[in-house]
Amino acid sequence: MKYRDEYRAPDAARGYADAIARITTRPWTLMEVCGGQTHAIVRFGIDQLLPEAISLIHGPGCPVCVTPIAYIDKALEIAALPRVILCTFGDMLRVPGTQSDLSAARARGADVRVVYSPLEALTVARQNPRHEVVFFAVGFETTAPANAMAVYQAQREGLGNFSVLVSQVLVPPAIRALLERPGNRVQGFLAAGHVCTITGYEEYEPIAREHGVPIVVTGFEPLDILEGVYRCVRQLEQGESCVENQYSRAVRRPGNAMAQQVMQAVFQVVPRQWRGMGDIPDSGLGLSPAYRSYDAETRFGAVNGEAEMRGDCLSGAVLRGEIRPDQCPAFGSRCTPERPLGVTMVSEEGACAAYYRYRRPTGGSARE
Amino acid sequence: MSDSCDNHCPPMNDDHEVVKIAHGGGGRAMAQLLDGIFRPAFDNPWLARQHDGAVVDMPGAMAFTTDSYVVRPLFFPGSDIGTMAVHGTVNDLAMCGARPQYLSAGFILEEGLPLATLRRVVDSMAAAALEAGVQIVTGDLKVVERGKADGLYINTAGVGRVVAPQPVAPARVRPGDRILLSGDLGRHGVAVMTAREKLDLESAIESDCASVAPPVLALLEAGVDVHCLRDLTRGGLASALVEVSESAGVAAEIREADIPVREDVSAFCELLGLDPLHVANEGRFIAVVAEPDVARAVDVLRRYPVSEAAVEIGHFVQGAAGLVTASSMIGASRVIDRLSGEQLPRIC
Repeated sequence: MKYRDEYRAPDAARGYADAIARITTRPWTLMEVCGGQTHAIVRFGIDQLLPEAISLIHGPGCPVCVTPIAYIDKALEIAALPRVILCTFGDMLRVPGTQSDLSAARARGADVRVVYSPLEALTVARQNPRHEVVFFAVGFETTAPANAMAVYQAQREGLGNFSVLVSQVLVPPAIRALLERPGNRVQGFLAAGHVCTITGYEEYEPIAREHGVPIVVTGFEPLDILEGVYRCVRQLEQGESCVENQYSRAVRRPGNAMAQQVMQAVFQVVPRQWRGMGDIPDSGLGLSPAYRSYDAETRFGAVNGEAEMRGDCLSGAVLRGEIRPDQCPAFGSRCTPERPLGVTMVSEEGACAAYYRYRRPTGGSARE
Repeated sequence: MSDSCDNHCPPMNDDHEVVKIAHGGGGRAMAQLLDGIFRPAFDNPWLARQHDGAVVDMPGAMAFTTDSYVVRPLFFPGSDIGTMAVHGTVNDLAMCGARPQYLSAGFILEEGLPLATLRRVVDSMAAAALEAGVQIVTGDLKVVERGKADGLYINTAGVGRVVAPQPVAPARVRPGDRILLSGDLGRHGVAVMTAREKLDLESAIESDCASVAPPVLALLEAGVDVHCLRDLTRGGLASALVEVSESAGVAAEIREADIPVREDVSAFCELLGLDPLHVANEGRFIAVVAEPDVARAVDVLRRYPVSEAAVEIGHFVQGAAGLVTASSMIGASRVIDRLSGEQLPRIC
């Protein structure tokens, strides 16, 4: 496939791996922020190509994984109401709430519909004027513009039966929070390319400067990630800490101005709770006063309760990059995608699910 | 066309009509439906006898299988529920090393289903049966109230005479056996998904739904030492390989770069975050053959349009049951797991 296979070329990948090995003189710990990158790393075995001195730890960039459990419970509560249609992206369906998940709620008769775009939820609202249609708006800066556009459009059309349950989060405050955590091991970041397509990367520059960490805006194909690692290691070896853009075929420094405009009109920055990371100031988006009537929390009551799951799940430590998924005692035994203890095992982009899917030790020698 | 219809029934010219509860009642309405739509389409001596069941001659070992079809929508690019209901069961028989011969067909119709739709489905089944060389010799029909079924459901069961000289089953898979894949992956699953979700694609991706019996029988007739066959339906290639590996008690290794996936299917999967190895097919299978027979087997398979892109993708090795690994495109390795739960498109 054109524009994809070029970025998966085995010879070029080995070339990058050799180049990384040549410039590496001591151990470095890097974090890839985005779950999509984690998925690619584990799927293609990119970490297997790297010198042992380079450790990749997997960041909190999976929107499903960091959504507090209280929001799942709220979505379940709303979906159970009569004459409500809850629209959601597919991978929220199996995320366990305290008691149940949306997939089970659907099986019991709740009207839960998977949509591919928030604008589809608007169509559902137009077609069902006697129902309340609620869209579960989760995600990072990547989903925020489209989610904002749905609300903007709903107001323009005067669609009174549409609202959004918002759990939007922002990447830069989470990177700061990780760096400021006692015992932080991360020395350099591969920033999430698609997030930066929207936001650009100016906001990352002070973080790199103040914390002395290189940040490389990186894409999602094997060669993107290898080049991101190369650039990050090169900076570390030379004692530099600036923001570089590896993903220049998609990302510009100022980002996408139109997307930012609609985000700024509809949303405002708010504090957010993250699974695994707790409260982070200014790390989320909520509806701005002009659009608050489209907030599902205004219509159906505010979300409150726990961010975390109970029990012996270590997904918090996984999300903070403190342990690798396969270092959790429950991994692959008591915790599997069919019976997940934690959300990092549920989501396709969760680090635990990626490890389970591509690395599960089943007694044989999957790896050299 | 059966005699009864020629002599007693008004012509079935009511394609603006819909299925009613009475059509399942066993009375005149049902007789009209059977004579107007089913008998003419499936026309054969067994049905013409209008008996409670079919009596067939069947010497030697017999393979017997059943499957139910509930696909939504009923029609999708490249195929439909009727074609699937025939080819699916035909393929299951072929996977047992058998020549598919006789099928039964049970229908559950929803009240309100347009008769024109039913006729299209039944005609598709008849065409598929003709193509696969099987006869639909007995059947059943029920009608349920509106809202109790998605238009219609079909169950087919089938029997066929086993022609493989030795059992074709996972138990015969040995380390060193080669894995042949009959063609490109993922077209059926993508075709159904695009039709169901009304995703507008520039080019229609058509289902690969087809009978794979001809190339399978040709392999056996050519004397290829076939140890195991498995069709790649729900769960795709990944689930089939894991299942065979589990039952056989040996591990498998495949090369991802050798697995054919059409460019448009690949792009669709990239967009929605799906793995083509997990996407459903309806006209694809793997053949596990003894190593010395690989070249001959590939040569035989490539003579048939349905398997013209057949290719060797890997082999079985000494190792843990259920462990399937793939060398990735960039030369590292990963575990291939069966699909867990349903395929869900990801957020970003």
